[in-house]
Amino acid sequence: MTISLRSRLPARVRRKMQLPPGLLARLGPGPAGGFSESSPSPVPQLPVARHPIAGAAPFRFVPRAQSLPRGHPLFEDGDIQRHAYLQDVVQRVSQGPEPGRTLPAFGCSVAGCPQLFESLEAFEHHYRVLHSHVCASCRRSFPTERLLDAHVLEWHDALFQLLAERQSMYQCLVEGCALRFASSRQRREHLIGTHRYPPDFRFDQPRKARRPGQGQPGKGLEGAPEPLQQQQEEAEAMEVCPSAQEVPSGAPKRTYSRRIPATICFGQGAARGFKSKEKKRLPRSETHPE
Amino acid sequence: MSPCLGLNSWPLCSPALRKARREQHLVSKRLLRDSDLEEARDEFPTDPWKSWRMSQRGTEKEKEKALISLRHSLQHPETQQTFIRLEGSIRTLIGLLTSNWASLQMEAARCLHELSHADQPNVAEACLPSTSYLLTYLSGHSADFIELCLYTLGNLAVESEAVRRQLLPQGIIPALATCIQSPHAAVLEALGYTLSQLLQANEAPKEIIPLVLDSAILPNMLRLLHPNPELGASVAVEFAWCLHYIICSQVNNPLLIARGALSSLGILLLDLARAASGSVDTGLDLLACPVLRCFGNLLAEEGAADAGVRADFGDERIIVAMFILMEFFIQHQPSLVPECLWVLNNLTVKDPGLCSALLSLDLVAPLLQLLPISRVVRILVLTILCNIAEKGPFYCQRLWPGPLLPHLLDILTLSDSEVVGQSLELLQLLFVHQPEAAQDFLQHAGLQALEKHKEEVDLQDRIQALQEVALGGSSLVPNALALP
Repeated sequence: MTISLRSRLPARVRRKMQLPPGLLARLGPGPAGGFSESSPSPVPQLPVARHPIAGAAPFRFVPRAQSLPRGHPLFEDGDIQRHAYLQDVVQRVSQGPEPGRTLPAFGCSVAGCPQLFESLEAFEHHYRVLHSHVCASCRRSFPTERLLDAHVLEWHDALFQLLAERQSMYQCLVEGCALRFASSRQRREHLIGTHRYPPDFRFDQPRKARRPGQGQPGKGLEGAPEPLQQQQEEAEAMEVCPSAQEVPSGAPKRTYSRRIPATICFGQGAARGFKSKEKKRLPRSETHPE
Repeated sequence: MSPCLGLNSWPLCSPALRKARREQHLVSKRLLRDSDLEEARDEFPTDPWKSWRMSQRGTEKEKEKALISLRHSLQHPETQQTFIRLEGSIRTLIGLLTSNWASLQMEAARCLHELSHADQPNVAEACLPSTSYLLTYLSGHSADFIELCLYTLGNLAVESEAVRRQLLPQGIIPALATCIQSPHAAVLEALGYTLSQLLQANEAPKEIIPLVLDSAILPNMLRLLHPNPELGASVAVEFAWCLHYIICSQVNNPLLIARGALSSLGILLLDLARAASGSVDTGLDLLACPVLRCFGNLLAEEGAADAGVRADFGDERIIVAMFILMEFFIQHQPSLVPECLWVLNNLTVKDPGLCSALLSLDLVAPLLQLLPISRVVRILVLTILCNIAEKGPFYCQRLWPGPLLPHLLDILTLSDSEVVGQSLELLQLLFVHQPEAAQDFLQHAGLQALEKHKEEVDLQDRIQALQEVALGGSSLVPNALALP
């Protein structure tokens, strides 16, 4: 960690301070030392004997520890350097092969996933996106464990559906919020009203969409209001999700991927994400002829 | 001690930053950029709109290349403005951000990051719809992606209160509290940056800091203050600044002391002093600056002495550390010398043990060597000497005779009434506790030096009182020679 501010300081302020020899040894050993440890040879404390007249009027000195507010002038130079540090520093995002880390292209370790990578970082990112939090029942992948848990309960747990009719079971999706709601619609209202989430939050999809605007609170099966539904569909249309049938251009297709039907997944296999069924049925080449 | 330390006179290292700081709108954003910048610029079309159209069709690889090209275009303010006005542009970008195609997701996040770094507030505010996703991705994604999300959030957070009013209900504090468990140095540094951006907000003392103090962030922050070889010092730098903003807000400093923050900071200063003694220039000041501030301000807390802190500082090592640090800074970062002196003041105010250590270790002479540096330094050095002299004759005997007299006579030739006033305070303490000092002062034409300031209203009374004491006829010090 270095910073180039030093050179800007003119030589006239460069001074020296002569410390008595052997002072450093007084710091004591190693970085592990706490204050309670005894120092090399403790300095005896001199007796205190204040004279009552000391500091009396017209003198005004009173020893006083001073707490300084953030904007105090004494802090000005340090603040400026802090911000110069923030603004000067350009960091590198580890993207693509870096010197010494170049690897031959390698495939995803998950069976059925056709993606190829040139760096461990790219693989790690892909794995996290697609294979970390995957629903075992429907292969949808989620960005977080919390969202996956909510999905599994709400979409695939029969007991949940029964319980949801009696008590509030829909857990808020926001990290740190413990509230539960009687329906996903109420939860959506909570997300929008309390957490200022967008109405079309992509990771909050009701289990089954009924006719637009006809949600039934308490049943757990309601659909979103029409505009929201439309927005979700638009969002889905934008999404690109690799499946066993999709291969990025430039990546040689793996032979076994052709033999595996799209409906079969192994282990934490290629996940569907929020891809619509309709889209899934169409091979990529038909949607976007090249 | 003077209530106002005044402006110090260090050279201007950045006039624009200094001006912004004085006008109380000093904000900074951090920019992450990758290494493919130059090579990609030639490879792809430079027309941002062509890139944008391409990013919505074609194969994933083509889309990715188009997004890279778009990102480069988004470094220009004009393109940023046009882009955010393009209908559905941000929504589409968010669609790509939330896609399951990892490389597109990463590139979309980088485009958002470029936008978050914009100077124009409306550009950053246009990114607002992305915050719920950026926060969601903080738990459970790759380190690179989390780092990018954090810097983007940090850039957005500093933009306006409106942005923060959205980030807080969206759960940024619990999200950060989860993320702070990450073992990745880059993630932790980015997290510290984002948190420090939030903590600088004007509304932070009421709306943000109580949440932070209440969360798992606090114990982790204290843990991460200590640089270790795996994480590197830059993580500690960010969290030290966070702690500085928290302590300055004075929301609940007794809690921090109870959690061991003062002792932890003291140990850190010892480590820094050890590092300073063995190093040339390692950017040590970057960490030392916020650590000194945290330490100094916690020392000034009412409860600091009662919380067993004095027992912790019962030895002189902290004094030694402060002098070693000052010796380092005077060569490498002189602007930190006044901050060290302020800490030294707070250490010597109530602690005779530390005053004794300063005297026994012959550190008065090095302290006096600092006097020429600046006005603030002069006031602080004199104040520290007053703290020592005020403890009584045993302390004054160590101060006088010695190099103090010529320095005080020099100071009396100055025309700065605050500095001169502080030296009068010191002279009085010395005369009261160490009568020989008054005689020496007389013999070295001290009275003539005082005469120079006799017309100054603020100093008149004190000068007259000192003259009377020095001449030995004063009723102000009836028993000066009969002290215990």
